[in-house]
Amino acid sequence: MAQPHKTPVVFAPWENPTEKPLIEFKGVTKRFGDFTAIDNLTLNIYQREFFALLGPSGCGKTTLMRMLAGFEDPTEGAILLGGQDIVPVPPNKRPVNMMFQSYALFPHLSVWDNIAFGLRRSDMPRDQIGERVQEMLRLTRLESFAKRKPHQISGGQRQRVALARSLAKAPRLLLLDEPLGALDKKLRNETQFELMDIQEKTGTTFVIVTHDQEEAMTVASRIAVMDHGKLIQVDTPAGIYEAPNSVYVADFIGDVNIIEGNAKRIEGGIEIHYAEGAAPIRAMTDLDIADGQRVSYAIRPEKIAVSSEPLTDRANHARGKIIDIGYLGHLSSYFVTLGNGQKVEASMTNARRLSRRDFTWDDQVCLSWTDTAGVVLTR
Amino acid sequence: MKKLSWFNATSLTLGFAFLYIPMIILVVFSFNGGRNVAIWGGFSTKWYGELFNDEKFLNAAFITLRVALATATLATILGTIAAYVLVRGGRFYGRSLFAGMTYAPLVMPDVILGLSLLLLFKVMFSQSGMLTVILAHTTFTMCYVSVVVSSRLVSFDKSLEEAASDLGASAFDTFISVTLPNIAPAVISGWLLAFTLSLDDLVIASFTTGPGATTLPIEIFSEVRRGVKPQINALSTIMIGIVTVGVLIFSILSKRQIAQRLRDEKRAEASA
Ligand SMILES: Nc1ncnc2c1ncn2[C@@H]1O[C@H](COP(=O)(O)OP(=O)(O)O)[C@@H](O)[C@H]1O
Ligand SMILES: [Mg+2]
Repeated sequence: MAQPHKTPVVFAPWENPTEKPLIEFKGVTKRFGDFTAIDNLTLNIYQREFFALLGPSGCGKTTLMRMLAGFEDPTEGAILLGGQDIVPVPPNKRPVNMMFQSYALFPHLSVWDNIAFGLRRSDMPRDQIGERVQEMLRLTRLESFAKRKPHQISGGQRQRVALARSLAKAPRLLLLDEPLGALDKKLRNETQFELMDIQEKTGTTFVIVTHDQEEAMTVASRIAVMDHGKLIQVDTPAGIYEAPNSVYVADFIGDVNIIEGNAKRIEGGIEIHYAEGAAPIRAMTDLDIADGQRVSYAIRPEKIAVSSEPLTDRANHARGKIIDIGYLGHLSSYFVTLGNGQKVEASMTNARRLSRRDFTWDDQVCLSWTDTAGVVLTR
Repeated sequence: MKKLSWFNATSLTLGFAFLYIPMIILVVFSFNGGRNVAIWGGFSTKWYGELFNDEKFLNAAFITLRVALATATLATILGTIAAYVLVRGGRFYGRSLFAGMTYAPLVMPDVILGLSLLLLFKVMFSQSGMLTVILAHTTFTMCYVSVVVSSRLVSFDKSLEEAASDLGASAFDTFISVTLPNIAPAVISGWLLAFTLSLDDLVIASFTTGPGATTLPIEIFSEVRRGVKPQINALSTIMIGIVTVGVLIFSILSKRQIAQRLRDEKRAEASA
């Protein structure tokens, strides 16, 4: 726990209107032939951010990065870096470095020479290059591999060489295109924390592409969820998770139950009538919703409690039958069918040993959740 | 190892016989002691001795070698640049035309190529000679180099070049320090190919040569028309020997390199 007397400094430059963004996309469109890969996109990324681009394969994440690195020119719109238009600047003149999805290590050069490649082409004095390379080797724990060629080291080490090489020139902006895709889960988790650590130490702005939502949640200061070349939502990990702005985003990140129904306005929110004879769901919302409007209600499994009798301190209750139980070790997922056939997933922490579990298949149970547990969505 | 069926064994034998019996006869008869090229007159190496005293042959061999060296080098430079532009240049205006024109000499009959070059050189130079042969050979060997190098470039990961440029290398720097070292095997193969093509070309050299620039194939051909001299057998045997040794060294070296690489990769994975 943080000490109560010390207010932590919240890093949220995007909430400060006087803060100048490091990167500005202004109405950027990119077409390949008549295919639109990026569609009129506007986005600000700030100094020292760890910004994650998240989205299904083919939604334009790599294209966005390649425009920042200078390998693709936008068809329309402007890209500014530190307030200056960088579209006419060729890749070798940009203060931006990229870590490639395929690592793209130079196979004919040793680890040392790979890392020194960019430094030799900068205005760094010759006698300082060795020192800087050594520093990068230390940072990525590669000191003993300096003389090896890329094919003489393992996949995880290669990935660290690629990282060291792209960090060596201390770029203002570091682009990471699915940097951890090739690693197994354990190594990936380690490397995620390593990346965050490095970002903290160097103060570089990171933009990371990933299709792994957990990875984005772990490392990012903000996440942009993309689809078909458009930004659907840009927010902090908690914002994306707790307050998705659409069914698409809610569905993309984590597990979620989506219940559709007709709205009826009440004090401070709405009631959602989702089934004949079932009690309506009470939900608080700031959205301006008309009576009778069709809405979607998104609620995460861990926000729903499973019990034999209704928990009276919660506003919403529904009865149903357990049709399946998924055991995940630290928690159990209960799949419950409600009276109208609607399936709902609820998860409960396994505070007790499994042999003492209260419910089993085919049990009638009651689900309870509060009126602020779910999110009302209109798209 | 699987046993060959009798059909496969027979076709293999016949095929190899067709290819190699003439060469074997040639090699055997280069050690013939008799004067008549078709009758065995006992073992002797005297034709080798005579060959090395024959001023004309030695001269022609020296000219051929110089032409081949110059041709191979020029064709490799031009062919590599052409391949690079064709593969990496994107879709620039007139690309297909340029590509077609680069590869046309592959299918163009030698006689037509030789004749057209002869006409061109008549206009450009007052006298044909070694320079014109080199230029002609460069023209027709360049496309072979280009084919070999572009096939390597196509399979060469473009992101390496992007990484170089991302790290601050200019286009020329990227080509020299990243592309070239990685396509070097293809460039060397292209050089060797151009070298051998130039070495044994008769037709185009005949059209474009001039006084003082008689290449070995031309010399041999004109000698043979006056009857086969045993020295020519000796000379051919030496050439076969050189080529065989060259190919052997090349393949042993590349095999070793591949084995070394596999060992390295195994060790790298094991130590991970
Ligand atoms: N050079 C290109 N030419 C044509 N289409 C391209 C090119 N690069 C990317 N695309 C297309 O643009 C879309 C977005 O690609 P990309 O940015 O690589 O997606 P992501 O990285 O999100 O998976 C894809 O449909 C892809 O086929
Ligand atoms: Mg991609």
